[in-house]
Amino acid sequence: MKAFLAAVAVMVVITVAAPYALQQVGFSAAEAGTGSAVRLD
Amino acid sequence: MRLILMLLIPLFLTSVALAQESADVPTESERSTTGGATTLEDILARQRGEKVDNRYRSDNTGQGNAEGLLGQLGTRGVASDSDVYRAIRYGSADTTVSSKGPAAGVLIQDGGMWWLNFRTGPLREYGTYILGGMAAIIVLFFLIRGKIRIDGEKTGRTVTRFNGFERFGHWLFAGSFLVLGLTGLLTLYGRDFLIPLFGKEGFATIAQGCKWLHNNLAWAFMLGLIIVTVNWIAHNIPNRVDLKWLAAGGGLFTKGSHPPARKFNAGQKVIFWACILLGVSISLSGLSLLFPFELPMFAKTFSVANSTGIPQMFGLNLPTQMSPQEEMQYAQVWHVMIAYVFIAIIIAHIYLGSVGMEGAFDAMGTGEVEEQWAREHHSLWLEEVQEKGASKAAASPAE
Repeated sequence: MKAFLAAVAVMVVITVAAPYALQQVGFSAAEAGTGSAVRLD
Repeated sequence: MRLILMLLIPLFLTSVALAQESADVPTESERSTTGGATTLEDILARQRGEKVDNRYRSDNTGQGNAEGLLGQLGTRGVASDSDVYRAIRYGSADTTVSSKGPAAGVLIQDGGMWWLNFRTGPLREYGTYILGGMAAIIVLFFLIRGKIRIDGEKTGRTVTRFNGFERFGHWLFAGSFLVLGLTGLLTLYGRDFLIPLFGKEGFATIAQGCKWLHNNLAWAFMLGLIIVTVNWIAHNIPNRVDLKWLAAGGGLFTKGSHPPARKFNAGQKVIFWACILLGVSISLSGLSLLFPFELPMFAKTFSVANSTGIPQMFGLNLPTQMSPQEEMQYAQVWHVMIAYVFIAIIIAHIYLGSVGMEGAFDAMGTGEVEEQWAREHHSLWLEEVQEKGASKAAASPAE
C-alpha cells in the first residue's frame, strides 16, 4: 500500500511540475510556435 | 448450350463494366481538352473514393516558383492564381512567413481530411473491436474456467515476491497508464458521447482537463517504464522453462495443472515485453506529439521500411515526403493504434492479476504471497528463494 501511495504522490508531483519545468527550459507552446515578429509581449 | 450462355453473359457484362471503369480514368489526351485541368471523371473518381493521380496538378505549378509568386501583389504576369495555389498546395512554393516553426510555411495542407476521416472512422471502429473483443474473451474465459483458485492447502506462511521499489515502479507505470488510457479514450470518443451529456461548454472543460493531464502525466509513465525495465528485464529473458509452460497452456485452462516457472512465467514475459515495446513506441510517438514538428519520425521510418521491400509486398508504398502536419497526423494515428493494443493487453493483465486468480493481487498489494500460491505458479522461483534463505540462515546461525 505504501508503494502504491508513493507512486500516486510521485505522479501528482511530476504532473504539476512538468509544465513549469518545460516553461523554464523554453519548451512552452508560445515559445515553440511563434516568432519575435508576431509575439505580443 | 444454355449453360455456356449463362457463363458467357456475366463475362460479357463484366468486361463491359471494366471497359466503362477504365474509360472513367481520363487519359492525358482527354485531359488536354480541358487545358490540363481537372476533368469531370477526376471529380467523380474522387467522390467514389478512388485514388486520383494528382501529378497533372502537382507538376503544373507555373513556370517556376519565382514566377508563380513574384506577382502576387501586382499583375499576374505569366502566372495565374491557379499556378500560385497549386505551388502552395504541393509544397513547391518558396514561401516566407513571419511565424516560427517548420509547419508555419505550409499554407495549404489537404492531408487533414484523410486523417480526420480515418481518426473518426476506421481507427475508432477497429479499435473498439479490439477492446470489446478482449472484454468478451475475458468474460468467456471467466464463464468457462472461473476464478483460478489455490489448489493445495494454504500454509499460512508468506514469501516476499516483490520489494517496495519493484512495487513502486509497477504502480507508477500502471497508475499513470490507466489515467493516460482514460483521458486518451475520452479525447477520442468524448465529442460523440460527452457533448450530449454535458453540453459543448462542459465537454470543452473536460477535454481541456484531459489534454492537460495526458500531456503532463506522460512523464510519470515514461519514468515508470524505465524503472520497470531496469527492475525486471534480467528476469524476463526467455528460456527453456518457458516452452514447457507454454506447452501446458500455463495451466490456465486445466484445473490442477501447474507447470514450473521462475520469477516470471512465459505469459508474464509476453506481457512484460509487450509493455516495454509498446511503451517505448507510444512514448516516442507521444513525445513527437508533445513537441509538435520538433521530432518528425515517420518519413524516415517509412523510407527505411520501403527499402526493405516488405510494404511493397502488401501493395503499399509508404510516403517518404510529407509535410510537418502530415508527420503529426501519422504520429497521432500510430499513438492511438498502439494505445488500443496496449489497453487490450492490460485489461487481460488486470483481470488475471486481480479477480481472475486467487492470491495474485497480494504480489503487488503487500508484496507478500502465500507460499502455496508461489509453489503452484512459480515453483522454481520459490525453490531459489528458499535455498537462499536456508544458506543465509546457515551463514549466520542464531546465537
